Amino acid sequence: MKPVAIIGAGPAGIRAAQTLVAHGVYPVLLDEAARGGGQIYRRQPANFKRSPAKLYGFEAHKASALHQTLDELREQLDYRPDTLVWNAEAGLLDTLHEGRADRLEYASMIVATGATDRILPVPGWTLPGVYSLGAAQIALKFQGCAIGERVVFAGSGPLLYLVAYQYAKAGADVVAVLDSSPFSAQARALPGLLAQPVTLAKGLYYRAWLTVHGVSVHQGASLSRIDGERRVQSLKWRNAKGEQALDCDAVAFAHGLRSETQLADLLGCEFAWSALNRAWLPLRDHAGRSSVPGVYLAGDGAGIMGADAAEMAGERAALALLEDIGYLIDPQRCTELEQSLKRIGHFRQGLERAFAFPEDWAADAADNLMICRCEEVSVGDIRQVVGEGHWEINRVKAHCRVGMGRCQGRMCGAAAAEIIARESGRPVASVGRLRAQAPIKPVPFGLEVEP
Amino acid sequence: MIDVDVVIIGGGIVGASAALFLSKAGRRVALLERDFCGSHSSGVNYGGVRRQGRPLSQLPLSQRAHEIWSQLPQLIGIDGEYQRSGHLKLARSAEDLQALQDYAASSQGFGLDLQLLDRDELRARFPWVGAVAVGASLCPDDGHANPRLVSPAFAQAARRHGAQIHEQCAVSAVAHDGQRFGVHTETGLAFHAPWLLNCAGAWSSQFAAQFGEAVPMSAGHPAMLVTEPLPLVMNASTGVEGGGIYARQVERGNCVLGGGQGFALDDARARPGQNAVIEILRQAVELYPFLAGAQAIRTWSGTEGYLPDRQPVIGHSSTQPGLLHAFGFAGAGFQIGPAVGQALTEIICSGASTTPLDAFSITRFHSISVA
Repeated sequence: MKPVAIIGAGPAGIRAAQTLVAHGVYPVLLDEAARGGGQIYRRQPANFKRSPAKLYGFEAHKASALHQTLDELREQLDYRPDTLVWNAEAGLLDTLHEGRADRLEYASMIVATGATDRILPVPGWTLPGVYSLGAAQIALKFQGCAIGERVVFAGSGPLLYLVAYQYAKAGADVVAVLDSSPFSAQARALPGLLAQPVTLAKGLYYRAWLTVHGVSVHQGASLSRIDGERRVQSLKWRNAKGEQALDCDAVAFAHGLRSETQLADLLGCEFAWSALNRAWLPLRDHAGRSSVPGVYLAGDGAGIMGADAAEMAGERAALALLEDIGYLIDPQRCTELEQSLKRIGHFRQGLERAFAFPEDWAADAADNLMICRCEEVSVGDIRQVVGEGHWEINRVKAHCRVGMGRCQGRMCGAAAAEIIARESGRPVASVGRLRAQAPIKPVPFGLEVEP
Repeated sequence: MIDVDVVIIGGGIVGASAALFLSKAGRRVALLERDFCGSHSSGVNYGGVRRQGRPLSQLPLSQRAHEIWSQLPQLIGIDGEYQRSGHLKLARSAEDLQALQDYAASSQGFGLDLQLLDRDELRARFPWVGAVAVGASLCPDDGHANPRLVSPAFAQAARRHGAQIHEQCAVSAVAHDGQRFGVHTETGLAFHAPWLLNCAGAWSSQFAAQFGEAVPMSAGHPAMLVTEPLPLVMNASTGVEGGGIYARQVERGNCVLGGGQGFALDDARARPGQNAVIEILRQAVELYPFLAGAQAIRTWSGTEGYLPDRQPVIGHSSTQPGLLHAFGFAGAGFQIGPAVGQALTEIICSGASTTPLDAFSITRFHSISVA
């Protein structure tokens, strides 16, 4: 019998697996990472012995609970870590595990592929010592090391304060936090944020803690450029008062998160523009059903809602899947989950207001700013192609290679869309969607194939 | 109603080059492209600019195209990454090498200047070719170019010469009123013209059928992939006698490889098949050992029109005066396309093509359907 497959062993994937197992299903859980937990609860290597409290702070109990759940499920599912799903076609997934290609035939699937940082480049962003916020956090959680000794955190989004706090707690010298959203936006966002008072309180706590511990936190402060000869040595930032400089040896920056949607795209899921996420997202119903029968979506890979929501959405999607294949499920539980997800949705809207997207980024970007580091495509290159009459992002890609390289637009696609939109005078929703092409991540020549 | 001399359906390299040459000859042209010019087969093909290996009947046109390619920057304003690297056709067996020798003999006099290489000569001149190759045939002046840039540039050049280029402008109705064609688009435009060119690639058969001359066309979807940039190794575009994996390396260092077939997602879009991609990843290292461990970063496919004899239809409709066809290039239209555009221009401007097109008449399918 063809199995139920779950792609991604983060909060959504693990809760989905747990729910399926609880109903007597034996799913396959595929995960690119060596250990389950996803990005937010990324688990340190087995021989690292730091305490959960030290690694995850307030979220330690959630991280531990999730890890423990996966440990307990190990005998009741087919768990395949270190396994990249790089293509999907006609009911088959192409996987790569330790240099060996294999295929998995599935009956239905829960896609829980998570998110990465949304990057809006600034001059100098490709210098050694510049990281995304997520990468800075992973260095700390997984490798137990800091990205530098004097670190500046910049951009926007809840991760900004969390990572700065974690670094400061771990003993790094946090030189400054540069939050691009103005205080006024955060004040306006308060009603929405009160939907999740505990989460809001944590966010305020991080900020207050940083201030109390002497870290300068600036709002309405945008990163202008990062400078250095061989690596980061200083940066410039500006606010209403003008431009200022800071010495530092590392920078972590991002403007929120973006969903990893390539697998959903290859599976044929229908997409729609999400103004809240400022991105194209696979359509799903209240329970997580995609437009493709048998394909379910959960967690940040289907729209950024955070780890708590991911756990709930994973469970809800699994219940939907079970219901669709004839299992009896608890309707009460479904209602509870949906109501909780709705509350988090309100909070999420508040967050988006609090950490508003920097609308003028594209207008301010200089022509020589590198957008696509894989293919070395600058803002000016993109503007030139738009000037020749192109405005559809896949056509712009065809003409100047933006998004054509190793990352396949995962890092540069959002920024490229902003530049194209601004330059062509169209809303960013109407410059089209960068189509996913296999492989989702690079695959090697000379791979071995499972018989 | 917009009155023009010629309406062209299809903004691939054939339609766009016809638009360019017709505009240069002073004709009023409207080119109607359903999607974006050069966004299908003409823009997503492998990028081989190759005469070697074509049926002899295509060589006069192909040779003519070869001359046009030598003037590419003057013609379309960009170099399109075109380089005459040479095209190396590899043989994996004595029989395949014999086939290459036979082709070299029969194509004598067409100007290909083929050079046959035995195993030692191949090793000496192209040391990056795998030991699986026992010999090769080299066409020194063949090469490769970037189709993503070249094909749309033909349309841009045509526009600069005054052609109307309408993108995202699908044709909704075509008819002939006894004097001229009336062409309506889904965007609400309408054109009148005494000439109509059917250059709609894999979608041409529907227009041919409307004029009562259906052809047995099928769609093919080549599987293509590209590596991350690698040190420059390949100094020729390659293919394999009898079929197999073809590969070239661009100046940036990426290797482009093709081989095997993909599948259609819908009427307009295609993907390389899982099997084809895996087979390229496995087998390419036999032919090109330096690829071992390199990473493939992207795969793609397109939609190409094939007729049963893998030869195109080029020339007059047999049912409707004023209608010219040019389609069915069987995955090999990129190099020859500009010469086809030029031949169509000659038919319109001076009554006949100076290069023989008899082998490509649409009438060859009429007898089959009658029989």
